[in-house]
Amino acid sequence: MKSTTKLFALTTAVLVSTASFASAQTLDRVKQRGTLSCGVNVGLAGFSAPDDKGNWTGFDVDYCRAIAAAVLGDATKVRFVPTTAKERFTALQSGEIDVLNRNTTWTLARDSSLGLSFVGTNYYDGQGLMVKTGLKVKSAKELDGATVCVQTGTTTELNLADYFRVNKLAYKPVVFEKADEILQAYQAGRCDVYTTDASGLYAQRLQMQKPDEHIVLPEIISKEPLGPSVRQGDSQWFTIVRWVHFALLNAEEAGITKGNVDKMLESTNPDVRRILGKEGEFGKGIGLANDWAFQIIKQVGNYGEIFDATVGAGSRINIARGQNNLWTKGGLQYAPPIR
Amino acid sequence: MTATVQSPSPGPIAPPAKPNLLYRPEFRQAVYQILLVIALIIGFWAIAHNVAVNLARQNIASGFGFWTRTAGFDISQTLIEFDNQSTYGKAFWAGLMNTLLVAGLGIIFATILGFLVGIGRLSSNWLIAKLATAYVEILRNLPLLLQLFFWYFAVLKNLPGPRESISLPGGASLNVRGLYLPAPVPESGFGYVLAAFGIGILTSIAIAMWSKRRQLATGQRFPVLWTSLALIFLLPGAVYLVLGQPLGFEYPALRGFNFQGGMAVQPEFMALLVGLSTYTASFIAEIVRAGIAGVPRGQREAANAIGLSNGLTMRLVIIPQALRIIIPPLTSQYLNLAKNSSLAVAIGYPDFVSVFTGTVLNQTGQAVEVILLTMLVFLTISLLTSAFMNWFNKHIALVER
Ligand SMILES: N[C@@H](CCC(=O)N[C@@H](CS)C(=O)NCC(=O)O)C(=O)O
Repeated sequence: MKSTTKLFALTTAVLVSTASFASAQTLDRVKQRGTLSCGVNVGLAGFSAPDDKGNWTGFDVDYCRAIAAAVLGDATKVRFVPTTAKERFTALQSGEIDVLNRNTTWTLARDSSLGLSFVGTNYYDGQGLMVKTGLKVKSAKELDGATVCVQTGTTTELNLADYFRVNKLAYKPVVFEKADEILQAYQAGRCDVYTTDASGLYAQRLQMQKPDEHIVLPEIISKEPLGPSVRQGDSQWFTIVRWVHFALLNAEEAGITKGNVDKMLESTNPDVRRILGKEGEFGKGIGLANDWAFQIIKQVGNYGEIFDATVGAGSRINIARGQNNLWTKGGLQYAPPIR
Repeated sequence: MTATVQSPSPGPIAPPAKPNLLYRPEFRQAVYQILLVIALIIGFWAIAHNVAVNLARQNIASGFGFWTRTAGFDISQTLIEFDNQSTYGKAFWAGLMNTLLVAGLGIIFATILGFLVGIGRLSSNWLIAKLATAYVEILRNLPLLLQLFFWYFAVLKNLPGPRESISLPGGASLNVRGLYLPAPVPESGFGYVLAAFGIGILTSIAIAMWSKRRQLATGQRFPVLWTSLALIFLLPGAVYLVLGQPLGFEYPALRGFNFQGGMAVQPEFMALLVGLSTYTASFIAEIVRAGIAGVPRGQREAANAIGLSNGLTMRLVIIPQALRIIIPPLTSQYLNLAKNSSLAVAIGYPDFVSVFTGTVLNQTGQAVEVILLTMLVFLTISLLTSAFMNWFNKHIALVER
């Protein structure tokens, strides 16, 4: 009810917003306001969750900080707006947030009919299925007749239906609005299977009473390229957010880290010098200060550092880099050069 | 003292000069009404136009073209045939039926329970009165969402898994996945039993009408209740036995992960129905109590004085007058119940809001259209309920003399 009301309010905001607004220059508004308004998950360990001191942490959260560092020169100037799966797009459409960083899958439908644009894929994911080890199920193909818990407002409902239909398996969905409710219902045995993005499953497993009693099945049933999105019609802002993502990747590729970035300022490597703004006017080109990438790396780190600290080997979730490794290391992460 | 007052113009009295059209109240009122209507139309048109322009400019899809597109998702419980190849339009109806189902049953249960508790509060039996009071005070003072969570997560989720189901008499089983009941399977000849049942009901109605007329004419009473019960239950029962029990049962059995076969009642549905009914019943109880208390004491004394028993006093004198007080606020409670059913999504029941305003909205991205339809649906449900209750109220309202 509450979230329906909020959705309703946001929808109304979309309706009455005046003509000047959608195309207004987001960059100017962010600078004027002095803070970036960033839509994140209400709570998904590793991606965006408040820690015990109330600070937001996670992969998506760090992307918000990186954008703030590039645009405002200060990674702390972010207002985090927690959004549920259901209301996230409306929050972006209505202008409540400047950018959406909420483990959100890039699909054609979303890119074309919601008035928003995805800037890229910062996390290659896929939908997984989790079951209790006690069921002795080894493969998704054995799930005929199972009951499956799934979250509304996500891409996962559709994938689930497709997978079971294609494989001629019967199933019963039980659809909840919040991840917490699924977690409770699944643990109580209401469902045999909990399905969502594999990254989400690993994160959610840590919240369970007995994490060892649950396994994620080997089948990945969909492509879930997750990435930041912005409102359509403001190409300057789109370019900025996209190049923040590319700067994070290029920094990792060039070996620039939070630790060595000051020293790297003296580097003679032209790639490094261009990234850090010592050569060329690349920051100006996208409407930012020339040290935009320097600020990102100095205050937040490069892509690999963010990944490791939030969801990777350095975190409790401990997800392997896999497809999210740089293209130079056998992964899919590839950024156009800064030049 | 006499004074002669000369009338200035003794001529024929002129009819009062017709006031200028502009000063005539009826005309002014009509003009104001018309202006208001025009302003409203322009206002609505401006909003609609603004919305269309805004959506187009922001490149957000609009229109109702999605209605006939394939939905692609499944719904766990539907009253109409629905699978992932059905359209969004069908999903709309499937969700709506689920809402109507839980709201309709909820209204029936809440009314029965509410009347019992309300009358219980007025009982002269100390224990019953106190229990009824405790019921009302506890249930109406806790947030409904909390109560739904209680029923769903605290009560139903603590039931054993499918493999350790609790067996109930008659081949039913209860577990964390729901209540599994044997499904009746009619065999040849069962139609006669149904026919006997129908005849029983029709004759009962006829007898009731006849007995009422006879009572009005002669004052003699007839045991309508007992005759009707006998006709409605014993008659088909006898036919059933004579024809050799032409009704089989399909029993639910554990196969694979879950019970298969039989009839399944989802725990989400049970929790929502129980939560909505018991919560609303606490308000209805208060309304019933107020209604009964609102009938002047003299009415009861008068009824007793002419020798009516307590039961008849209640049925023939108190309740009819109390209903006049009860029905209008009762209608509001029905509307509340229907609207509160939209909390379903919190406990996973596929009601209208969960299916349409949830999944369909998300997959189509057409928030404006979907929310608009959602408002229309709830408005329609509410207006129809009120219309029915108003009709009912008029129908039973006492004709005052
Ligand atoms: N990537 C999918 C799923 C995103 C999603 O909402 N995932 C869930 C499960 S991992 C989640 O974040 N839930 C947290 C919550 O809503 O509290 C999408 O974009 O639709």
